[in-house]
Amino acid sequence: MAIALIDYGAGNLTSVRKAFHHLGADIFTPGAPGDLAEAAAVIVPGVGHFSATRTLTANWHAAIRGGIAAGKPLLGICVGMQWLYEGSVEAPECPGLGAIKTRCQRLSGGIERLKVPHVGWNTLRFPKTAALFAGVAPDASVYFTHSFAGPVTAETAAIAEYGEPFAAAVEDGLVMGVQFHPEKSGETGLAILRNFLRLVASREPVLG
Amino acid sequence: MLAKRIIACLDVRDGQVVKGINFEGLRSAGEPAALARRYNEEGIDELVILDVTATLEKRRAMANTVRSVAKELFIPLCVGGGIRDADDAAAVVEAGADKVSLNTAALTNPDLITRLASQYGSQAVIVAIDAKRAGDGYAVYARSGTTAASRDAVEWAREAEDRGAGEILLTSIDRDGTKIGFDCEMTAAVSRAVNIPVIASGGAGSFDHFVDVFSEGRADAALAASIFHYAEHSVSGLKRHLHDRGIPVRQ
Repeated sequence: MAIALIDYGAGNLTSVRKAFHHLGADIFTPGAPGDLAEAAAVIVPGVGHFSATRTLTANWHAAIRGGIAAGKPLLGICVGMQWLYEGSVEAPECPGLGAIKTRCQRLSGGIERLKVPHVGWNTLRFPKTAALFAGVAPDASVYFTHSFAGPVTAETAAIAEYGEPFAAAVEDGLVMGVQFHPEKSGETGLAILRNFLRLVASREPVLG
Repeated sequence: MLAKRIIACLDVRDGQVVKGINFEGLRSAGEPAALARRYNEEGIDELVILDVTATLEKRRAMANTVRSVAKELFIPLCVGGGIRDADDAAAVVEAGADKVSLNTAALTNPDLITRLASQYGSQAVIVAIDAKRAGDGYAVYARSGTTAASRDAVEWAREAEDRGAGEILLTSIDRDGTKIGFDCEMTAAVSRAVNIPVIASGGAGSFDHFVDVFSEGRADAALAASIFHYAEHSVSGLKRHLHDRGIPVRQ
């Protein structure tokens, strides 16, 4: 079964698609929420403004929730990870999936008054064991470009520091997200995507 | 901790890298994808492909160059040089560029910055500023440094940020090609004026020049081309040098 890469018009999906193809994954872009029935897993990518997620209508929400309930892994990337929360102060009128019961905030830059956006390679630390980061070295670097992020919660699987700690990744059962861009994070990023694909493959017998 | 980025620039004409190439053991030294692969193995943080092709016809080959580099690289890739409108930008984004760099087109049509930022996100739009010292300020030049744009670099950087630019690529015309070091004063003046990353360019001749531009120059990233073409100035060597002097880098 193929993995659904949702195109909701936020930025360009070329890089994400390219990275998954490189890893040998079978990727398709669903045209309608019903197409997710055919998917082994769902990826919600995204760059840019949180308001772009408004095109993920209630029907999409329902289909994606249904996928999780049916045992299909879900991976949000960048704005796609922010969408896993209840929402973001960047576009308060746009509801997120609500899988994580808090909202994304604007990075403050901390007392050092660092520049926001946070752009570049930053290190990760891992507060808990997570399938996404199996075999990834502590202090591994990944590429970020964002101004908003989720707070550290029980779901947080990786923490990065930029004036303050924030959730660089979440993993709660099959619900996963990365604030950074694994498709632009060199070998470390590919290793993380490979871990996701491995998890998807391990679920397929369950899904039939 | 956020690392200071080291960015390599490939000046490409007719599908070949044109700035002094002296890589040993590289079968096709001038081939952009081969050079990009080498830089990636050495730990480069990001790549810029600059199209220095003169004619429109030859520019079509650029998309193929971008495609061949993007195919096997999974680090940020910026493409600049000769992007005049949204169609040019779309062509390189389609080919695999994560960011586009606007220079002359941003000066003649500043709305293009906003248009591309709303289409691809600000993170995908770099405004490149070529400037040289002029009295107390820094005069901006268009068309590869040949035409005065009647703007000051600090003010133009602020305006570019307001219009949606995600990063500033600041090149010192005075220092470009001199190998006497970055213009740290100018870089610091621009970096202080904006809240987006500033990439310093022009003048790199030694590892200590990078130390200077990341400390007194307040640069968030530094770009260089020819310095990395010699074995004694490898990307990994530069990163070790910076790390030893307390500057955070990705290793």
